[in-house]
Amino acid sequence: MSAPTNQHQAVEMERDAHDRGSSDHVDGGAAHGSRSSYVTGFVLSVILTAIPFGLVMSGVIGDKSVVAGICMALAIVQIVVHMIYFLHMNRKSEAGWTLMSLIFTVIIVVIALTGSLWVMFHMNQNMMPPMNPASAAEMSDQM
Amino acid sequence: MTSTTDVPPGAHNAVTFYDTDPHEHPPGQSTMLGFWLYLMSDCLIFAMLFAAWGVFGGSYAGGPRPSELFELPLVAVNTAMLLFSSITYGFAMLAADEKKQGATLGWLAITGVFGLCFLGIELYEFSNLIAEGAGPWRSAFLSSFFTLVGTHGLHVTFGIIWLVTLMVQVSRKGLIDANMRRLQCLSLFWHFLDVIWIGVFTFVYLLGVLR
Repeated sequence: MSAPTNQHQAVEMERDAHDRGSSDHVDGGAAHGSRSSYVTGFVLSVILTAIPFGLVMSGVIGDKSVVAGICMALAIVQIVVHMIYFLHMNRKSEAGWTLMSLIFTVIIVVIALTGSLWVMFHMNQNMMPPMNPASAAEMSDQM
Repeated sequence: MTSTTDVPPGAHNAVTFYDTDPHEHPPGQSTMLGFWLYLMSDCLIFAMLFAAWGVFGGSYAGGPRPSELFELPLVAVNTAMLLFSSITYGFAMLAADEKKQGATLGWLAITGVFGLCFLGIELYEFSNLIAEGAGPWRSAFLSSFFTLVGTHGLHVTFGIIWLVTLMVQVSRKGLIDANMRRLQCLSLFWHFLDVIWIGVFTFVYLLGVLR
């Protein structure tokens, strides 16, 4: 007795969830932003864009790798700001599938980017014949 | 309970795994998720182009270097154009949610103008580079630069075409459900292009000049 009823209940619950999902979707399914959230995102983006441009253009910090690190960190922060305030990402939109697909994509992107850069860097190092600076300039001319 | 004796053991279990009742699939119910998945695949295209830039960005072939070519003030203006267009599109969506057709069309038009400014500045930059002899054929660095930035520019171009199409649709048929859905898809697309541009101005322009 109990087994079929439980399964039936499970199906019912699933269908309920499905119905709730579709009623959320009446207007298209995406989460909506408010005026204040758009303005917040815009102000944050302006700040996060102005800082790296200012640093590079003014050359306040002499160490280039430090400037590069700050720029990359601010870019990542700004991407997250855009995701939240402009693309309205959250854990609930489309029952979490947008977030799941985003996480999957980010993992693939990270693997592809780091893998390509890593492999090609080592290729360059290992395939390049030992040479003196003069022939190095010649080589890069031919590339 | 007696019904279970009529069917072979296990058969009733198999049936209950399926949701056999017909249920509604309203039109466009899965459009937003599908469009999001398209954007994610587009994201992979750009990831490959960024990877190519990362590999070739330092291969100047004895030609001009990024610090000699890139004009950061111009790039900053360009970035501002795209950022402004992002928030004006947001205002268009807010107006559409409030069913204000005129305001929606107005904000969409402003968004389109900012998009066109962005494209104009980018084409100006490209033509300057080519006039200086720094076209995509000059070095692997410039090939990967033109491919990456050009692909983004093409996306913006198609975004503007889509925007104009939607403006015609909205002015003819109003803010009906189908048009709201299309506006939301373009909203995702437009903001997504802004996200890609963050990567472009950071990794291509700023880090390129630092290199």
